[in-house]
Amino acid sequence: MTGGEGARKLIALGAIWAALLLAPYWMPPLGGYTALGTRVLVLGLAAMSVNFLLGFTGVLSFGHAAYFGLGAYGAGLALKFLAPSTPLSLICGMLVGGIAGAILGALIVRRRGVYFAMVTIAFGQVFYYIAFQWSSVTGGDDGLRGFSRRPLDFGAFSVDILSNAESFYYFVLFCFALAAAAMGFVLRSPFGRTMIAIRENERRARFLGIPVERHIWIAFTLSCFFIGFAGALYALLNNFADPKGLHYSQSGDFVIMAVMGGMRSFWGPLLGAAVFVILQDYLSSITVNWMSFIGLLFVFVVLFFPRGLLGAIRRKVQA
Amino acid sequence: MTQLLLFNVTNGLIIGAFYVLMALGLSLILNLSNVINFAHGGFLVVGGYIAYTITPYLGFWGALLVAPPLTAVLGLAIERALIRPLYGRDPLYSLLLTFGLAFIFEDMTRFIWGAQGLPVTIPAFLAQPLSSEFFFITGYRLFMVGMVIVSVTLLFVLLRYTRLGIRIRAGTLDLETVSALGVNVRMLRSLNFAVGIFLAGLSGVLAAGQLGLEPTMGAGLLMPSFIAIIVGGVGSLTGTLLGGLLIGVASGVTAVYFPSASEAVMYVLMAVVLLIRPRGLLGEEGMLT
Repeated sequence: MTGGEGARKLIALGAIWAALLLAPYWMPPLGGYTALGTRVLVLGLAAMSVNFLLGFTGVLSFGHAAYFGLGAYGAGLALKFLAPSTPLSLICGMLVGGIAGAILGALIVRRRGVYFAMVTIAFGQVFYYIAFQWSSVTGGDDGLRGFSRRPLDFGAFSVDILSNAESFYYFVLFCFALAAAAMGFVLRSPFGRTMIAIRENERRARFLGIPVERHIWIAFTLSCFFIGFAGALYALLNNFADPKGLHYSQSGDFVIMAVMGGMRSFWGPLLGAAVFVILQDYLSSITVNWMSFIGLLFVFVVLFFPRGLLGAIRRKVQA
Repeated sequence: MTQLLLFNVTNGLIIGAFYVLMALGLSLILNLSNVINFAHGGFLVVGGYIAYTITPYLGFWGALLVAPPLTAVLGLAIERALIRPLYGRDPLYSLLLTFGLAFIFEDMTRFIWGAQGLPVTIPAFLAQPLSSEFFFITGYRLFMVGMVIVSVTLLFVLLRYTRLGIRIRAGTLDLETVSALGVNVRMLRSLNFAVGIFLAGLSGVLAAGQLGLEPTMGAGLLMPSFIAIIVGGVGSLTGTLLGGLLIGVASGVTAVYFPSASEAVMYVLMAVVLLIRPRGLLGEEGMLT
């Protein structure tokens, strides 16, 4: 890595964090609102978790909404039945999503390519049906209601994240930063390098004696923990968990966010999530046919921006 | 009780026959072109609505004859324009593209024909139950099963005895060699895609007569078709056939004893198959793994 590139990366990183830290101040003048920023962060984290697998291990999971939704239900049920504690609900959501991912991952990892994608989609739908049918616990089609995030209690003082949208944004940003740091740490570790080696050439990795299946399983499980965490945050954001959050169409949204932002870059999915969320918010306010426009966006991205926005920018910069 | 069980098994077989028709089309496209066609359910719905629209002019039989080829033509156009550029790229991209198409299909059918469910009139003599004791066996249901049997047989004859079919099967095994032998692979993929979409259109027309039409019905039939393919084994059309019937009957029987799990049982079946026999019932080792 040359010195210039390192400096450029540092500047970009500084800009990203500055933009995120100041979002409650620059978003409203541009017509946004703080809760929209929170949504971008949460869904961005989810898309980054998907990309952890898709972009860095090269495995196409199309069923990650299941673990996202499980995280949401885990957090909601913990708040409703276990204890009214925000941190506890986050941990519960993360564990539910991650453990489910670990178990199903063991069944899935031996498949590759399209077959892997199909199996992940089909297994993802299991939880959708469970949430849909088991209405005595999950609220069925209406979703899980009757819980809300609690103020953070630090003994000496407490932070009201329930009614104050800005403090909640900063709380989510704090959680996002923790998760992003953990993700970055894994990707920089020897394990993360091995993931990339598997992505680049699975056969060669196998010949080098790397237990490919085990690595993919660990990566799958980790990404399910991350996305379960994101799902838990999503439940806190809405004070509601929805079976739609488990549906495969939600998985599709995550994948398109990752692809639109740029699969090969760490921050790409966050950018993709920002574009997607803002576009969806805007389109659904101006037309009832927003679904067609989202569909067109998929087609457009695939045909004209397969490397994503960051990929295209990077190409320009390098050229 | 026997009657109830019989009722649900018959139901399961009929639903299974739908899954088979749908899954065979998906399977054809998946095996040859490595494309998971998420829009397959969308094509099914379009086939049904086309039939609905032309029934007043041509009658039910005319619609049955005309709607599937029209759907196939639409499929061909979409394959040429949108999917062809994606062959040879990561399967992720065709998956995302057809995913977006499914959105567009659902929204456009709602836009054109309305969100309300539409009834489709079938000929009166088909709507009658055949006996009073087995009231659930209507002529239409027998007719549907007959149609599925005929079209599946024709498909297998096409694949086994015609030049196109033999090329499709050879291409499924090794497309590069087939291309090197001078077969126009682009054309082969297009025709194969059209056959798959034809089957989707046909199931759409048949389903419309039984279930009526709704813009969202395609999405509901898509997931069972996926499971049918996985259970039967990717790469094997006979497996897909078996898988579709199996999950249809399994969910029919479960509906008798434990109605709310009739959907979940398919997934349980899939998990069991993947545990015991990861390649699926009739899947070949090493194919698409």
